[in-house]
Amino acid sequence: MTQVLWISTLLLLLALLLGLWRIWAGPGRADRMLAAQLFGTTGVGLLLLLAELMQQPALRDVALVLALLAIMATVAFVARTQPADHHSEQDHDAD
Amino acid sequence: MMLIDLLRALLLLSGALFFLVGTLGILRFPDTPSRIHALTKVDNLGLGLIVLGLLPGVEHWPVAIKMILIWLLAIAASALAGHLVVRVCREFRPSNAGEQQDD
Repeated sequence: MTQVLWISTLLLLLALLLGLWRIWAGPGRADRMLAAQLFGTTGVGLLLLLAELMQQPALRDVALVLALLAIMATVAFVARTQPADHHSEQDHDAD
Repeated sequence: MMLIDLLRALLLLSGALFFLVGTLGILRFPDTPSRIHALTKVDNLGLGLIVLGLLPGVEHWPVAIKMILIWLLAIAASALAGHLVVRVCREFRPSNAGEQQDD
């Protein structure tokens, strides 16, 4: 059972690393923000697995907090991008 | 006892596989909304499978309920995040921003 946990942990880590490429290549800010959201979800999965593997119940609370913080990052990004990015990236004629 | 372990292994591996597929979707899809689609759906399913795979390993049931709640929170979080991010990036694309520009 432990090996299976280790294998899935490594697979999740691989998913995280692949997400890094999206950060580097992502054309727009929204794509880079996607990778941040990917880290949030994958991080929660990883922490839950590690909590089981290392017999550390505290890690589940860490996963809970990470799930919360991931959404805060996205909300901050959206709130921050609304006015600033509106005119710099594209000459949007609305508003 | 063997059967439960086998089932757990299956759940955990398929959950991890779904995470990989979701990440692959992010890398391969052409534009942002489809990437968000891939990310939000698949990662939540992957997380759900992993939580299901981990549940039998937990001794007392409050911890199991906590894990399920974490999963539900992750679903709500990524659904909300998906909507927010797509609104930001969709707004900048004049190509289909002309449909019902109500706001």
